[in-house]
Amino acid sequence: MNFKLKVWRQKNGTSPGSFKDYDAKDIPSEASFLEMLDIVNETLVTVGEDPIAFDSDCREGICGTCSLVINGVTHGPGTGTTCQVYMRRFADGDTVWIEPFRATAFPLIKDLVVDRSAFDQIIEAGGYIVARTGSAPEANSLPVPKHDADLAMEAAACIGCGACVAACPNSSAMLFVSAKVSHLGLLPQGQAERDSRAVRMVRRMDELGFGNCRNHYECEAICPAEVSATFIARLNRDYAIAAAKGALAV
Amino acid sequence: MATVLDSKVPSGPLEKKWEKHRGESKLVAPNNRPKFDIIVVGSGLAGAAAAATLGELGYNVKCFCFQDSPRRAHSIAAQGGINAAKNYQNDGDSVFRLFYDTIKGGDFRSREANVHRLAEISLNIIDQCVAQGVPFAREYGGLLANRSFGGVQVSRTFYARGQTGQQLLLGAYQALEHEIAAGSVKMFPRTEMLDLVLVNGHAKGIVVRNLVTGEVRTHAADTVVLATGGYGNVFYLSTNAKGCNVTATWRAHKRGALFANPCFTQIHPTCIPVSGSYQAKLTLMSESLRNDGRVWVPKKKGDPRSPDQIPEEERDYYLERKYPSFGNLVPRDIASRNAKEVCDEGRGVGPSGLGVYLDFSDAIRQLGENAIRERYGNLFEMYFNITNENAYKTPMRIYPAVHYTMGGLWVDYNLMSNVPGLHVLGEANFSDHGANRLGASALMQGLSDGYFVIPSTIANYLATQMGKKVSADQPEFKAVENEVRTRIDRLLSIKGKKTVTTFHRELGLLVWDKCGMARDAQGLQEALRKIPEMRAEFWENVHVLGDGAEFNQALEHAGRVADFLEFAELMCLDALERKESCGGHFRVEHQTKEGEALRDDEHYCHVAAWEYAGPDTRPNLIKESLGFEYVKLSQRSYK
Repeated sequence: MNFKLKVWRQKNGTSPGSFKDYDAKDIPSEASFLEMLDIVNETLVTVGEDPIAFDSDCREGICGTCSLVINGVTHGPGTGTTCQVYMRRFADGDTVWIEPFRATAFPLIKDLVVDRSAFDQIIEAGGYIVARTGSAPEANSLPVPKHDADLAMEAAACIGCGACVAACPNSSAMLFVSAKVSHLGLLPQGQAERDSRAVRMVRRMDELGFGNCRNHYECEAICPAEVSATFIARLNRDYAIAAAKGALAV
Repeated sequence: MATVLDSKVPSGPLEKKWEKHRGESKLVAPNNRPKFDIIVVGSGLAGAAAAATLGELGYNVKCFCFQDSPRRAHSIAAQGGINAAKNYQNDGDSVFRLFYDTIKGGDFRSREANVHRLAEISLNIIDQCVAQGVPFAREYGGLLANRSFGGVQVSRTFYARGQTGQQLLLGAYQALEHEIAAGSVKMFPRTEMLDLVLVNGHAKGIVVRNLVTGEVRTHAADTVVLATGGYGNVFYLSTNAKGCNVTATWRAHKRGALFANPCFTQIHPTCIPVSGSYQAKLTLMSESLRNDGRVWVPKKKGDPRSPDQIPEEERDYYLERKYPSFGNLVPRDIASRNAKEVCDEGRGVGPSGLGVYLDFSDAIRQLGENAIRERYGNLFEMYFNITNENAYKTPMRIYPAVHYTMGGLWVDYNLMSNVPGLHVLGEANFSDHGANRLGASALMQGLSDGYFVIPSTIANYLATQMGKKVSADQPEFKAVENEVRTRIDRLLSIKGKKTVTTFHRELGLLVWDKCGMARDAQGLQEALRKIPEMRAEFWENVHVLGDGAEFNQALEHAGRVADFLEFAELMCLDALERKESCGGHFRVEHQTKEGEALRDDEHYCHVAAWEYAGPDTRPNLIKESLGFEYVKLSQRSYK
């Protein structure tokens, strides 16, 4: 298969970027989208042109590293991550636009690579249960209803890729924050810090330049881990209760 | 000077060794801990758990990872589960049984004392992870659920859907972020370790490259902990993440750390078959699928019919036929070898003929499609994405692929290498899995090393280092930093004709062919001739664009491939010198009449630890003999 690529090239975060045209030739339809870029990069190196920088690691859809906007769609066609897009989804001769995740809180590093360390900073603000190693009680001493455990798992499935932010017109990180707040808040182990966790994580999210939620639901539509936007409602409820209890002072 | 290996295994009865060792270990008092700086390289299960726990204890920790966030380390991709001898299923499990299964699964090539400790600690790991909020699967009564895995006859595997590694890593990552917030850990993401610095023979620092700015700098500490994973990407195609590499451990090896059993590599039986030369990696389908999937090939060679057209009596469920008591749940090395065997006979399926069926139709008939969807839904979806086939309707096609490496840097019972001050955890060390790792044991070992072993044993070293602080201004640091810079400049100045990936792919094909699922002396000797030629060509003809002082992925890859080109030679040498078959190391010259691995306990019941002797010089082999007091060496049988 052959494709016309329009790829965002930008040397670094401070210099301006633009789209550049490339031909992707003789691409097997079984190739993944990132393997197609690998092939293009191999040909670029042989003609002495700087290869296109993009992030990827596990290429199994779980590590959350890959992060492209393909034809205007975060993570491209289909339900998974960028690395799970296969070229058979495109028609021979298609023009394909490739861009980085764009958000103020995700500054660009090079070409299609962005810095998502803001997510780590949000987790740092409270996205954990403090459990000193060695002090844990026997695991089965605390039963968790299967329904709660399953729901917590649905929230915990978030891979931290940032697609929710990239897809949101407000660049909001509410789906990401709500997933962690819900995962931990649904479990009995997570109750002790539940109020302060919600407040601290939301506050840090605001400080880092993410926008607020305006119920566009783009995040839910695009989330490769299928995290539901109902968790945002849960986050709002937790935040309101924490506020009512006076936990905003934390 | 010959290095003498002291494993420092405590005396006394097996089940008392760890307790005794902790009782006799040195301590660092809480008020002294902040005076010690610890470098942790790697942020997977072992690294993140170690960094978080050491920080929690009050030490001053710096943690480094090449990924953009510690949450993305490759532990995240582990699917199936984590073993623990909780015996919640009341099916006869015990610490001793987990210990025994692991020793036997490893084909009697691991240390008894280390493995027993691992089995003991498995209990604490589950408690710890539940307390952190890891959402393990549960029964309707709210208690934890289990499933079974290959090589065992009990259900001791805890799991979180098909994403157990992800959930365990996020637990460790969150604990790490808590320590970062508390100020006890400083995190350096997108930072790659490129060398180890020794001062008076002790590991006291590292040289790193900031992958965003290209800045090369040094960090000093009182001790260095490597938790940098395995070397499976030496094969180019593997289930490892693209970034996984041998650089940290190989650089440490070149500074004096012994590399143990490098030929012990694990080929996982259930991966999606290779489809073409453009392919960048292989995708694993969790071993847990073998709980419900049945493995078969047509009885007839080159059978062109689609699987649904092949009647039951013309199918060969070869694992069930040959190993009736374990059936589809034989250990990985045996399942892989048998798949290769039936494909070599010409009975393989799929376009390449290198594939076998993993069929869920019986399980779907018995349990319903929904039950199967609930257990493995994400795996079936991934399979569909990659192959465009619906595994609910037609059997999956699978083939073995490189997955895990049991070999690694040699460590003693304290997880310290022969280089004082250099500790090695998780897949990066050699210690617990012998010649074959059982499923759901990698996560167990990573967390055991990180949460429970190193926080206790590291004090044995640190307590001897009071008042011996080094500074990164010392000449030893500058010297190694200069070597790293020179190497980077050299890589960029070659400007040859071949890309880094071309070299990597060529090397991978060679070692897969000669040092993969089956090895023989002739092939290994051929590989040992060719690898130095490839390496020489690499340093003359590789083309790396751009410069060092910027974000440069080709340069990162070039450095890693340069190290693989050196490491591969050691792996093949180790495979040549181990003239027996054991676990994942199958020498075709050494097999039983039935084609099973034939060990030679008289001559090879040892750890082969290799000492670097200089460039293009044969390394020295140092043996640690393995004593078995509690298990009887026997021919493994899963029949």
